[in-house]
Amino acid sequence: MPKTAVRKPAAARPRIVARPRNGHGVLKAVLPNGLTVILKENHNAPVVTFWAWYRVGSRHERTGITGISHWVEHMLFKGTPRFPAGSADRYVSREGGVWNGGTWLDFTYYFETMPAEKFEVALELESDRMANGQFKPREVASERTVIISEKQGSENNPRHLLSEEVQAAAFKAHGYGHETIGHLCDLQSMTRDDLYNHYRTYYAPNNAVVVAVGAFKADEALAQINRRFGKIKRGPAMPPYTVVEPEQRGERRVTVEGPGQTAYVELAYHAPAAQDPDFPALVALDAILAGASGLSIFGGGATNASSRLYKALVDTELATEVGGSVIPTVDPYLYSLSATVRNGHTPAEVEAAFDREIDRAVDERVQAEELAKAIKQAKAQFAYGSESVTNQGFWYGWSEVFADYRWFETYLDRLAAVTVEDVQRVARKYLRRSNRVVGHYLPK
Amino acid sequence: MPLDPESVPNSRNIVRRQYANGMTVLVKENFSSPSVVIDGLVRAGAADDAPGKAGLSAFTADMLMRGTAKRSFAQIYEAIEAVGATVDISSGINVTSFSAKSLAEDFALVVDILAEALQCPTFPEGEVEKERGEILTSLQERANDTRRMAGLTFRELLYPSGHPYGRSVEGYPDTIRSITRGELTQYHRSAYGAQGLIVSIVGAIKTEEAFRMWEDAFGPWIGARVDRGPIPAAPRLTERREKRVDIPGKMQSDIVLGFVGPSRAAPDYLDARLGNSILGMFGLGGRLGEKVREKSGLAYYCYSQIEGGLGPGAWRAIAGVDPRNVDKALPLIQAEIKRMLDTKVTARELKENKSYAIGSMPIGLETNDGVAGVILDMELYGLGLNYLIEYPDKINAITAASIQAAAQKYLDADNFALAVAGPLGV
Repeated sequence: MPKTAVRKPAAARPRIVARPRNGHGVLKAVLPNGLTVILKENHNAPVVTFWAWYRVGSRHERTGITGISHWVEHMLFKGTPRFPAGSADRYVSREGGVWNGGTWLDFTYYFETMPAEKFEVALELESDRMANGQFKPREVASERTVIISEKQGSENNPRHLLSEEVQAAAFKAHGYGHETIGHLCDLQSMTRDDLYNHYRTYYAPNNAVVVAVGAFKADEALAQINRRFGKIKRGPAMPPYTVVEPEQRGERRVTVEGPGQTAYVELAYHAPAAQDPDFPALVALDAILAGASGLSIFGGGATNASSRLYKALVDTELATEVGGSVIPTVDPYLYSLSATVRNGHTPAEVEAAFDREIDRAVDERVQAEELAKAIKQAKAQFAYGSESVTNQGFWYGWSEVFADYRWFETYLDRLAAVTVEDVQRVARKYLRRSNRVVGHYLPK
Repeated sequence: MPLDPESVPNSRNIVRRQYANGMTVLVKENFSSPSVVIDGLVRAGAADDAPGKAGLSAFTADMLMRGTAKRSFAQIYEAIEAVGATVDISSGINVTSFSAKSLAEDFALVVDILAEALQCPTFPEGEVEKERGEILTSLQERANDTRRMAGLTFRELLYPSGHPYGRSVEGYPDTIRSITRGELTQYHRSAYGAQGLIVSIVGAIKTEEAFRMWEDAFGPWIGARVDRGPIPAAPRLTERREKRVDIPGKMQSDIVLGFVGPSRAAPDYLDARLGNSILGMFGLGGRLGEKVREKSGLAYYCYSQIEGGLGPGAWRAIAGVDPRNVDKALPLIQAEIKRMLDTKVTARELKENKSYAIGSMPIGLETNDGVAGVILDMELYGLGLNYLIEYPDKINAITAASIQAAAQKYLDADNFALAVAGPLGV
């Protein structure tokens, strides 16, 4: 009998997309049901992190169901038939692990970081909730008030109130225009079936990426993942997302009044998506303007006292802190700069100081040393961030959502290729008055 | 599973040296990442502040990087940020902590900057006023922050009048306005010294090279020698002390309810900590999270924590709730505290929480920061360098009875400090 007749059906096997070379790099595979798998061995500590990412976030939410992706995330901590509410929390903890979930513009994720020998616990839990979330009406009701409480907690922060308003003014069509937590009226009116339908639409292996980083053998881990996730049925194709934000024609301005004694300023410019060739130059520009912490990549915690905006706003005693934020996203999002106005000064003075520095970045090339510093800072932050398997799992997964994992692996190379001309070009292209929203928080 | 002694920091892979000037240096190599972390402390702290000068120690610590005998503020930060390093100095109640992280090639630079900042800061007049303005703006933000105000008010209620733990480390607008440059300089001169300094250095550097660089920079330093005496004890409360701070216009109120807890070195610290894990940590906030969040849907966060530390830190429950629900959440929190006193924890809770305490230890040890912090704690609290190896046995020796005894020693159903900050009368 020919040998081929006794082979198992090929469909049961993962398709290998990339393999580590010389012990470095990742193993990337796609299971027959469409699940993307990214595996990275790291044997520095007896720890493993496992992440399940779904390509669904507040970007996909229409009016009336804002906040639904985040609420679904909460519901997937509220039980399946196999792990009733609360039992999975106890299971992870007693096995020495930590777990959490998160939802933002483009994604929803869940992760476990566990002692290496407990890897299977994470696979068991994540494969279970990919398919078996229960959404019991009683649990939906109690979570509704928990989420409203979460929203109220955020609204206690004036910076949040300002950025919510700026974000809303920047987008009139795209789903990036509302906060991930959602509007109160939607949180009050959404039903159990709305939530369950959203879950059933987007939680399918063909809309997910799982990532593991840590002390395991990649081939064995792939086999374990295939055993757990391979039996979950592929879902229908995802609803297409067709919204393109129309070009902004002229500066938009918003004012938020609220409690407190301190004023804040935020400037938000429409910015390129993560895969846009302009993205690395914008990251470099942000590092020069607002410091390495503004990279918002690989952890941070760095100071920015030698940055241009610190010197222009904080050294001059107009503001007490300043920061920048570039976020890698699927569609074009925002590059934002923000400052806390120092007692005795006004948002108008701070805005004028911002504008002087922005005009300078547009009119003159940055110094080569400034760019070299930005690149060295990124290298250091990258090294620090790579010490934690949890942090690596986050970046491999997130980059796979908005581009693919190679975006993360080649990040430093692309940044190193940025020139001072590139920096000036992106400054001219994006840092235009007509491309921005200016927000002032005024204490009343 | 028995712990592999090579995989955790212990006396065989940490080198510890003590010096004539009173400092202790601990070094552990780790070449799996190109970074080096420095984590250390000197014995200056907010407990030194006179009541009318609350915030002096913190203000002083904030000034150390704003100019030294060798470099200006701008030069310090240009040097640090140009190489992607971080250096931070900040004051707590009993110690001032310093930390740095850099690529291994920049270790000498950050050691130099720490040495200049701790030993010869210059307190430039203009920088003092910049810092003062930043502190005052931060205190203005605090006055409108429900979480920070609940925390501060709780401390003021919990500790007896004049106790250093009952004051704000950051100070108050009046005290910050009153502090002069002369007082900052004088405080640094009289409180900072190598006596009692501890530093832990972990990362991609050879042990002897790390010692040599640290000794070159800190070996000659003497500075102040201060006999601070013991940290004052804080008695159990014998009454309920409650204060509600009105912060109008906010969407959420914060609650802090608690007690004087054990110091880190107290013999029943681990019993109390495991009890706290059951009360308000395990899973999604222990019993408190289960009742207040999961069952009642009253809060996004509700948990409890033990400060530990060198002195009588707090043991407290914390929750953020709709201002209209404060008085619904409070009885649930009180009931869970009472249950810790009246009933022994279950065998299952004990087993699961022990398993978490032991099993999760490696997760904190995967970064150089995590390892440096653990080594610093082992030295500061006199736990011994083999503490992590002994730790599973210590946890396994805890019983339901010893947890109940710790709960009864520190917690109380009726007598506690309670602070609420948020809009009142809603």
